[in-house]
Amino acid sequence: MISNEPAITPELIAQHGLKPDEYERIVKLIGRAPSFTELGIFSAMWNEHCSYKSSKIHLRTLPTSAPWVIQGPGENAGVIDIGEGLAVVFKMESHNHPSYIEPYQGAGTGVGGILRDVFTMGARPIACLNALSFGDPKSPRMRALVSGVVAGIGGYGNSFGVPTVGGEVRFDRRYDGNILVNAMAVGLAETDKIFYSAASGVGMPIVYLGSKTGRDGIHGATMASAEFGADAEEKRPTVQVGDPFSEKLLLEACLEIMAKGCVIAIQDMGAAGLTCSAVEMGAKGDLGVTLDLDKVPCRETGMSAYEMMLSESQERMLMVLKPEKEKEAEAIFRKWGLDFAIVGETTPTKRFVVRHGGAVMADLPIKELGDEAPVYDRPSAAAAKPMIVRAADVTPPLPLADALEKLIGSPDLCSRRWVWEQYDHIILGNTVQRPGGDAAVVRINDGPRALALTSDVTPRYCEADPFEGGKQAVAEAWRNLTAVGARPLALTDNLNFGNPERPEIMGQFVGCVRGIGEACRALDFPVVSGNVSLYNETNGRAILPTPTIGGVGLVDEFTQSMTLAFKAEGEAILVIGETQGWLGQSIYLRDICGREDGAPPPVDLAAERRHGDFIRALIRDGLVTAVHDVSDGGLLVALAEMAMVSGIGAVLEAPAGIPHSFWFGEDQARYAVTAKNADLVAQRANAAGMPLTRLGATGGGVLAVAEQRPLSVRDLKHRFEAWLPAYMAGAQ
Amino acid sequence: MKSAVIVFPGINRERDMARALRLISGQEPAMVWHAETALPAGTDLAVIPGGFSYGDYLRCGAIAARAPIMDAVRTFAAKGGLVLAICNGFQIACEAGLLPGVLKRNAQLRFICRDVYLRVERSDTAFTRGYNAGQVIRVPVAHGEGNYTADGETIARLEGEGRVVFRYSSPDGMVDPNWNHNGAMNAIAGIINERGNVLGMMPHPENHVEAAMGRTDGRGLFAGLVDHFKLAA
Repeated sequence: MISNEPAITPELIAQHGLKPDEYERIVKLIGRAPSFTELGIFSAMWNEHCSYKSSKIHLRTLPTSAPWVIQGPGENAGVIDIGEGLAVVFKMESHNHPSYIEPYQGAGTGVGGILRDVFTMGARPIACLNALSFGDPKSPRMRALVSGVVAGIGGYGNSFGVPTVGGEVRFDRRYDGNILVNAMAVGLAETDKIFYSAASGVGMPIVYLGSKTGRDGIHGATMASAEFGADAEEKRPTVQVGDPFSEKLLLEACLEIMAKGCVIAIQDMGAAGLTCSAVEMGAKGDLGVTLDLDKVPCRETGMSAYEMMLSESQERMLMVLKPEKEKEAEAIFRKWGLDFAIVGETTPTKRFVVRHGGAVMADLPIKELGDEAPVYDRPSAAAAKPMIVRAADVTPPLPLADALEKLIGSPDLCSRRWVWEQYDHIILGNTVQRPGGDAAVVRINDGPRALALTSDVTPRYCEADPFEGGKQAVAEAWRNLTAVGARPLALTDNLNFGNPERPEIMGQFVGCVRGIGEACRALDFPVVSGNVSLYNETNGRAILPTPTIGGVGLVDEFTQSMTLAFKAEGEAILVIGETQGWLGQSIYLRDICGREDGAPPPVDLAAERRHGDFIRALIRDGLVTAVHDVSDGGLLVALAEMAMVSGIGAVLEAPAGIPHSFWFGEDQARYAVTAKNADLVAQRANAAGMPLTRLGATGGGVLAVAEQRPLSVRDLKHRFEAWLPAYMAGAQ
Repeated sequence: MKSAVIVFPGINRERDMARALRLISGQEPAMVWHAETALPAGTDLAVIPGGFSYGDYLRCGAIAARAPIMDAVRTFAAKGGLVLAICNGFQIACEAGLLPGVLKRNAQLRFICRDVYLRVERSDTAFTRGYNAGQVIRVPVAHGEGNYTADGETIARLEGEGRVVFRYSSPDGMVDPNWNHNGAMNAIAGIINERGNVLGMMPHPENHVEAAMGRTDGRGLFAGLVDHFKLAA
């Protein structure tokens, strides 16, 4: 049908990331060989990133509904009802491959993409979080990657004008060749003004909004659906370039035309750009779409249909407009200095037709482009369950105080201040709890309610036991929300794994998803949005399985939200939850004993729920003065964190068990709390059958554990704050 | 106090500013689009808020300084109208010739968002009458380019004429390089023009106006302005 396009060869098909049987499927589906543009369109729609072909059947098992869920997975973002006519719109998405190739732009456009997902639905973004996994600090390029990613996230979010309030940062050699950048955005909308992507009505104008289309990011989604080889550097042209200024204008313009009632359907141009957005809008609305590429605003001349259809230029939207509102909508976009062009229309044919320069460059069945994408039930192999590490068999190589000093100043447990100070975390004036606590707390409009936000996962647990690790990621997010006094409502999951064509990786994926599902059901904490990032491998070496959980909870009265800082001297320190001293897969075992083995702590979901509900009641009734989730590093690290942020020390009694496992074990379902009246809390716990252990009292300037060398809180804080700035300055 | 908040494309702290003005003056400010050519009649205070006007892709503030509304702001200032320019606003005011000097990249070349301490150098200006001279206030900064720089003559003049009104300091009011996060000359955080009716400052008093959100050290600036206009009326 087109003369000057390259011939379709097996090499060309392979370059498009399509397997021979997948190509056969295309030929069968359309009854002929595809044109070059059509091949590009199929590769964009059928790659792993866009089609979820390896993950789909497993994702279907996740619980996605609850009375407060307005929109589960499948739209630009998930939507939950928080009452009073308001909805929270949120999602987390990865930008791993691009961030490794070009950290500043890769991470920045990751933030830009997720923000668009949120405001496409009619929500004004109110907060961002991001979960970052880096390689061994000593590995080549890692300092530059940390620096570039953090600057990129800040550069985009700060300029766009949304506070970045939380997240996580980890270092592990398993991310040496594939760092992870998972960005989450949260927005607020009115429940009756949510916008969706399904087109409706025949002959409706399809409008292109935002920035011009350039040659950047072509095949970005395909690149993100393959392993890295030695040629990762050569993939730089597949990374998009971000323009937060245009995105800020796009936000204001979109919210303005939505408020004026101009919009029938709207879809962000993210992965696979114009192709994916146009096909989704048509397919979801059971309509065909015709695009006239001569009308598409281009940044450069001479772009081919193929390039335009696959460009991932940023800050663009596609919208189906109410025809009578065309003039009004155009005036709004012109006011904001953005491109506005009618590039097509909806048709009754259910065909996706692309015209360019007077020729039909593609003519494909629109439903089948999405629905008929291959779905794989890939073979999976579960790894053997690791042995339980008995505390008595672990000889402490260091005195307890020395171990604490070392852990507090270690890459995984030290302060992340160097990172979050580069993010504007206070803009919009609603940040009640800034980064550094269990969960960020962001006021809703002018209050009194607030949202609690967190992101969590413990990848070393997920590798040792994917099912328990999946459960733990959800439970920890739920606990962190609980610890600030919030009711956990829903989550978004960002599932980062290696190559799904390897059964052991698929085994990790399946196990983690089962664990996540189990925990979501037990905790009434549904999944409303998410993203899957596979092929995080370089030269056959995979990352740790990293299913990041982004949790959202509601605080009824933001002035009552709880923090982890000790509040006063002479208060009792208690731990709610049982401490057996679980050392398997603990940070202590890894960083102090040099062992990365054992079963991770099991997660008793019924106990999680009981303990969390109990904590929330204690906070509500004003019986506790500080609450902190006990996680990485165990109890003593948690208490040190509570001391350091307040400057108040503590005197801690000798525990009943083996000291190093008691203090550094990572048993789940635990919260460290302080109380003015410990007896009252103990009575309540007793009545509720809640395990409670008295640990000591706050006071003084040292952290004094019975029979151990007392540690000055000031010195600990110095160690805590020192590592990351020193590393980034090149001193370590 | 009737305030007008100027909104350039890419400005993003206009809502924070509007909230602070509303809370403290009890009056809703007018939001004025950059393409306008006049301020609303009866404007007492013109505010250039923070953000990234035009993406700050050129020199910070350089494009905004040439926007149509800035002629009106310059005329307003020339007639003695009060202009409060914060963060990107300070950069714009410098580029617009309302204030001397320039804001360079932070000395450590990174964006910094944190609470800092400011020593209020004088309390006899319309902007600082809500504070005592020598008082130390804690307010946040959020900028990548806040390193105030000017030639020796300008600095000497600013100091000689007492036009440095806020200086980065330690919590007990000592000027110390360790507490000057962006490396500004003479730890300058805020200056006024010769006539004392234009204030430019990098920190964000508008983000510290509610006890429920942590601190209220920023209130003094707005409360002082409200008093100023009450006295003038």
